[in-house]
Amino acid sequence: MAESPSGPRTLFDKLWDSHAIVTREDEQTLLWVDRHFVHEGSFHAFNKLKERGASVAHPELTFGIADHYVPTRRSGRSIDPAIQNMIDQLEHNTLENDVLLFGLSDPRQGIVHVVGPEQGLTLPGLLIVCGDSHTSTHGAFGAWGFGIGASEVAHVLMTQTLWQRKPKRMRITVDGTLALGIGAKDIALSIIARIGADGAQGHAVEYAGSAVRSLSMEGRLTLCNLSIEAGARCGMVAPDDTTIAYLRDRPFAPAGDDFMRAAEDWLRLQNDDDAEFDREIALNGSEIAPVVTWGVSPEDALPITMAVPDPESISDPGKAAQVRDALAYMDLRPGQKLTEVPIDRVFIGSCTNSRIEDLRAAAQVLSGRKAKVPGLVSPGSSLVKRQAEAEGLHRIFKEAGLEWVESGCSMCVGMNGDVAQPGERCASTTNRNFKGRQGPGTRTHLMSPAMVAAAAVTGSLADVRPLIEERS
Amino acid sequence: MQPFERLTAPACPLPYANIDTDQLIPARFMKRSRAEGYGGYLLYDMRFSSNGTEIADFPLNQVPYRNAQIIVARRNFGAGSSREAAVYALVDYGIRCVIAPSFGDIFASNSVNNGLLPAKVGERDGEALIGLLQETDAELTVDLEAQTITAKGISVPFAIDPVWRTKLLNGWDDIDITLSQADAIAHFREEDSLIRPWVTPRKRDGAGQTTM
Repeated sequence: MAESPSGPRTLFDKLWDSHAIVTREDEQTLLWVDRHFVHEGSFHAFNKLKERGASVAHPELTFGIADHYVPTRRSGRSIDPAIQNMIDQLEHNTLENDVLLFGLSDPRQGIVHVVGPEQGLTLPGLLIVCGDSHTSTHGAFGAWGFGIGASEVAHVLMTQTLWQRKPKRMRITVDGTLALGIGAKDIALSIIARIGADGAQGHAVEYAGSAVRSLSMEGRLTLCNLSIEAGARCGMVAPDDTTIAYLRDRPFAPAGDDFMRAAEDWLRLQNDDDAEFDREIALNGSEIAPVVTWGVSPEDALPITMAVPDPESISDPGKAAQVRDALAYMDLRPGQKLTEVPIDRVFIGSCTNSRIEDLRAAAQVLSGRKAKVPGLVSPGSSLVKRQAEAEGLHRIFKEAGLEWVESGCSMCVGMNGDVAQPGERCASTTNRNFKGRQGPGTRTHLMSPAMVAAAAVTGSLADVRPLIEERS
Repeated sequence: MQPFERLTAPACPLPYANIDTDQLIPARFMKRSRAEGYGGYLLYDMRFSSNGTEIADFPLNQVPYRNAQIIVARRNFGAGSSREAAVYALVDYGIRCVIAPSFGDIFASNSVNNGLLPAKVGERDGEALIGLLQETDAELTVDLEAQTITAKGISVPFAIDPVWRTKLLNGWDDIDITLSQADAIAHFREEDSLIRPWVTPRKRDGAGQTTM
């Protein structure tokens, strides 16, 4: 095992050290990978294996999940042959390599970053990779999760290892008490707006502070999920009692005495006293308002009480051009109040915001109200769907006029048939407002599930707080 | 993999920040087989209007830049999705080097794994190169050994992780290097299973469901 550095270590240093197999003179380190998730997009990597005549080195640590391409309206409809082919390829590749697949008909199927935690495959202290940038999500458990490309997926399949250079360490501390209606999504978008979409490039982020501590596991998953939108490959929250309570009795997690012993180890995954970070950022949680994006990058985010920025008042010509381009694409006027932006459609779902707590937050606002625009609600997994139905949430969505569909990446990725129409403006709980992300020519505004619900009942971007206050 | 040493080639300015991987290749094309080539899908929605005709004022559609092998863009190039197809689209189009002030981490790593050089320049140097290319259809010379980009009257340095530089210069593939570490990996596994016995997934059958 590679030698540990002396002196106080951060949580990330400890994760790094516990996975380092060898470190070369040029500081490249070969790391052991504890979990590897593969979805339909892995066909490029499996093809590379075939070219080399190789097979999967550790099928018992590899898990297949159909999510990116799966249709969310499944019963009685024929599936597009090209999409069916993507699902079939994954089935074939996992079967051939003895990899367990959570396939289309599996009652545990869902989005990889929802299913991993739900099944107890995600545990504190693990190094988790997947050919998906939102693998940062798993850091919510004090795990080290990061997204990789197809060449790296092939490398992990063949060796269960990866070469990496150690990233710098950044701590983002959010203290204070979050106001009513404010959640992890608002924290994350506030951070990204502050440091930029490339603000955390080259860094491993740890989230700390009382506002982070007070988040449920669902909230922490949302927060860590969006680390990549600030440019960080990974984001993490140190394990605590909330983490341990979530993991107890999960199917793939240790059980009985093994769980007790593991929990002791997990709770030790903390920063040493005096451990130093390369960069520190602090936010006051009590000042965070509900946030929406107005542009075409997640950094283009503002509190809902604000107005669309005016490029004329921006001195940096490059930045001004960027804003002008974004406003042209989004069809917004400089100075227009955000609450005066009408929407055409809503979407609640994706690996960012599709867990039971997200659905409850949206349902709380939608209950007894009608949506003024059409929309889709796609739970993060088939188990989340079942639980939501047991709680009667599906009836609230349907009575509000929204469509309640099956689980998958749905309208977040624009590759499975769920898209908005060109020119449409969608209030969305997803993670990327990139041009065309929800279909060619579509306009996406990112926000929390409660804020999407508020937009649905208002027909425009809206502040959810008065709608919640009416209820309490 | 083709080594990258020194390249003198036409270059195209793309004066935009945050060109994400969804722009580099829109998701709807990713079902296609790589064997067909991904070059036609590169920056598809920026290059083509909704009826499939070329957008005339997009630089890559203009005569001096169509045959570019180098792209110069603004900050945060390749942010977003980990899709390696974004790199395949660039490579299959004929691009061998992208110059920008910053890159998405996963994109940069994917680039190196496909012999595409992500050359990081200072913000001001990047603007100078974009300005030069907009005025004249200059060729650029990218020298990976010297880590310089030169054109008519301009020479700017660029940064790249030294390990990536070595990999690109030699056209190395990681897997062969890793396979030579088989003993070290096996030794790690043995020790690790004692230190972290809880790593192994408990249950691995197809049946059963969780309660939540």
